[in-house]
Amino acid sequence: MNLFSLHRLAFLLKLCFSGNPLVLLTAAGLLLLASGIPACFFGRTSNTGQRITVLLMALGSAIGLTGWFRAVAAAQPFFWTHAWSLPWGAFSIGVDALSAVFLLPILLIPALGSFYGLGYHPQSRHPQSGRGLGLFYGMLAGAMLFVVLARDSILLLMVWELMAVSAFFLATTDHDDPEVRRSGWIYLVATHTGTLCLMALFVLLHHIQGSFDLVALPTNLPPPLLTTLVALTVIGFGFKAGLMPLHLWLPGAHANAPSHVSAVMSGVMLKMGVYGIVRLLILLPPLPIRDGAVLLALGALSGILGMAFALGQKDLKRLLAYSSIENIGIILMGIGLATLGRSLHRADLIALGLGGALFHVWSHSLFKSLLFMNAGGLIHALHTRNINQMGGLAKRMPRSASLFALGCIAICGLPPLNGFVGEWLMYLGFFRSMDAASGPAWPAAGLAAAALTMIGALALACFVKLYGTVFLGLPRETNQQAPHDPAPTMLIPMALAAAGCLFLGFFPQTVQSLLQQAVLLWTPTGLQPFPLPDSLIWISRLALGLTGVILAACALVFPLMRRRAAPQPMPTWSCGYARPTPRMQYTSTGFAQMLVALFTHLITPRIRLFSIKQPFPKTESFETDVPDTMLDRIVLPFFRLTARAFPTLRLLQQGRIQVYLLYILLMVTGLLCWVDFFK
Amino acid sequence: MNTALLILFHLALLLAMPPLLPGIINKIKARAAGRKGPPVLQLYYDLFKLARKQVVLSQTTTWIFIAAPVVTLAALLIAGLMVPFGSFPAPLSFTGDLILFAYLLALGRFFTTSAALDTGSAFEGMGAAREVTFACLSEPALFFALLVLAKMSGALVLADLLHAPLTASWQTAAAPMVLVAVGLFIILLAENCRIPVDDPNTHLELTMIHEVMVLDHSGPLLGLILYGASIKLFILSALFLHIAAPFQAATPLGNALLFLIEIPLTAVAVGLVESVMARLQMRHVPYLLIAAILFCGFGFILLVR
Repeated sequence: MNLFSLHRLAFLLKLCFSGNPLVLLTAAGLLLLASGIPACFFGRTSNTGQRITVLLMALGSAIGLTGWFRAVAAAQPFFWTHAWSLPWGAFSIGVDALSAVFLLPILLIPALGSFYGLGYHPQSRHPQSGRGLGLFYGMLAGAMLFVVLARDSILLLMVWELMAVSAFFLATTDHDDPEVRRSGWIYLVATHTGTLCLMALFVLLHHIQGSFDLVALPTNLPPPLLTTLVALTVIGFGFKAGLMPLHLWLPGAHANAPSHVSAVMSGVMLKMGVYGIVRLLILLPPLPIRDGAVLLALGALSGILGMAFALGQKDLKRLLAYSSIENIGIILMGIGLATLGRSLHRADLIALGLGGALFHVWSHSLFKSLLFMNAGGLIHALHTRNINQMGGLAKRMPRSASLFALGCIAICGLPPLNGFVGEWLMYLGFFRSMDAASGPAWPAAGLAAAALTMIGALALACFVKLYGTVFLGLPRETNQQAPHDPAPTMLIPMALAAAGCLFLGFFPQTVQSLLQQAVLLWTPTGLQPFPLPDSLIWISRLALGLTGVILAACALVFPLMRRRAAPQPMPTWSCGYARPTPRMQYTSTGFAQMLVALFTHLITPRIRLFSIKQPFPKTESFETDVPDTMLDRIVLPFFRLTARAFPTLRLLQQGRIQVYLLYILLMVTGLLCWVDFFK
Repeated sequence: MNTALLILFHLALLLAMPPLLPGIINKIKARAAGRKGPPVLQLYYDLFKLARKQVVLSQTTTWIFIAAPVVTLAALLIAGLMVPFGSFPAPLSFTGDLILFAYLLALGRFFTTSAALDTGSAFEGMGAAREVTFACLSEPALFFALLVLAKMSGALVLADLLHAPLTASWQTAAAPMVLVAVGLFIILLAENCRIPVDDPNTHLELTMIHEVMVLDHSGPLLGLILYGASIKLFILSALFLHIAAPFQAATPLGNALLFLIEIPLTAVAVGLVESVMARLQMRHVPYLLIAAILFCGFGFILLVR
């Protein structure tokens, strides 16, 4: 009752108008959390309920954005703590530049996604899952918002768990399919293994500090403890971010979730893992150089292997999921560089590494959600996720094709789009660490630069393959009913994400000051802060110049070609083949075959060859597939092995409650005896 | 006055000189084989001829097919503005332009390979697959080379980086420089699809990379592609020369002459390699490119001391 007293109300109202952005952000978070509830009172097939959900999501995002602008404009951190009656911790939230960077995708992408859902997943056609999807979609967005705001480790764990569980329900929306249930189960196990590490981490932090507040640790920690803390941070949050050996859950969950869920999971939720790492590493004192190098190596591993696996995929959404692993790898490399900068006391490396990583967080959330939403449109049109059955869609889905092309150029990190800018900042950092002041760290940075190049080249191969097989050439399956561009409700969110990619690519200097503030949080006091390079202006000018030149040249060449074109339409010549058929085209598997062969020891493709044994052979088929090495060849066999070994423990584990109570009785008696007689 | 003149000089060279290089290469190859060979200016004639021709567009293709040659050429021209010719400064240079340089080449590759897939033909898909595969090995090699130069010069601007060998002390830097020069020469051959990686003269589909990707382009579009390819050869030769022949004359005129002599000599070197070597088996090409990574990588390791 106390909560609703007039006094409280007056206090809250005063807070609202005092301009504290936290009030607006909290209100936005609560609105997002609850956005799916009204729809539950409508019928299962009611599109009205879904529209209300979308409206509430939009309202929540709008309120949140107002708060976000206030927080960014104030250029100072805000904090708010409120005691609660739970045994531990407090409701302690805050917003600073780092939170603000991660808040933006949370406020934009889920709202776009839920609007997209009106066309993609209308409740009238999905009576079984529509309301649940809306409920957990908002819950995921709200939980992520509070993850970024939480300044208390207990609160953080609670909203973290809410986020993880609502993502589980979203990923298993189509749970009639056993494959979906399997991937959901793997996700649940993986995310809780991560949470277990986080619990250990926060218990250790509490042990050191005596409180659950997330504040900087003393600098005199013994090295083994520091290493343990770093390892727990990277593993605990790495499970959520999808770093390479911990990515087990990611491809399956992303592929089997509805597309707007994949967009939010990949575009925003993975970033929560990144946020955790960035937030926790500031609390620690500067780490030894080794740790920065390890982070760089982990990032490079994720990047290269993520892309190698993506190249082997023929499932559209699995491919995009592996490419998320690659992008998280790139982001981690930036964080690794900033960590090196902290160890070496070099503000420039911190600024370029962290600035690049944070910029890439934004870029990735934009182009990856664009690509996932686009993939949803394709799946709707073709009823398959296998890209080897697609082809020639650019002619029939021209709008989707153009948006997809833009997303592909952005994700390959090519100029003039946003993907390039973040990578460029990181490269600049790697090249800067070639000088004498970086001492023993420069070979690591140099190797990282070369690895980043390789990642870029692999990404180019992968996305040329994807775009080429899906949209270019001839349709591979002739029995498709004519596919067409998706409805405007699906196209508009994609176009907005694409506009974001263009804006960040053309005007990266507009976000410079926010990134600079976030970087300042990482820069140790007493170190002269390094301004993010003015050459961002150059990047902007060149991006605009390049685009202008290309557009002008196209405006010149296209009409000329139309006039010069031979009057009769011709099929493709290709050295005079009289009867080219769609089956002769390169498939995605064929396109990637050489690269997959280069990585064959790491990604172990499964190839089922056929051999002709009889004089009159039957129809045979050839099949190739790239399973996940870590999951399908290491972790699952390990679990199968343990499952076979553990039945011997049934002697003790009988599943009867009486027996367990007996164990407890015996244990307590034993302990009491020990205390009484031996102490 | 000087700056404007230098920019004009750079632009004139960049726009007018590249088609000369394939002519020289072909002449050298013909002479080495005891033939007379086509005129050195053959590519200029070809370009003029192609500019006046009709275009045949396949029904399968989309806007990518027409846009690709344009985008590739634009990207290459802007990249060409960042590479200094000889000991002159580059017209376009800013901190971190070396990364943009590499990525502009990649932008061209994205569009060229996409246009190849746009035709829906097996041959062109084959060429595109090879192109992107080999790029995954040649790009890290190029970056290792740039890293070695960055380590030696401490610069972040392509022009300063490439001018580093001019002032480097040969006692300490000779070994990495030699390794990087060899690596860069392999990259030069691979990126421009020359023997031993690719044979620009054969029309056996199974042996080609670049030629097979542009089979369906015709008329002015093919002209743009051929012109772009020669510009790429020119830019990478200019880049290679900074490491292989870091010489400087006393006067600007001398420097200009030096560059005008060195560039055709690079083409001669490429022509000689093509005359004495056979094309590698396609499955052995990655080994050559890994060798380029190793050369540049060992150059990098030599600096770690």
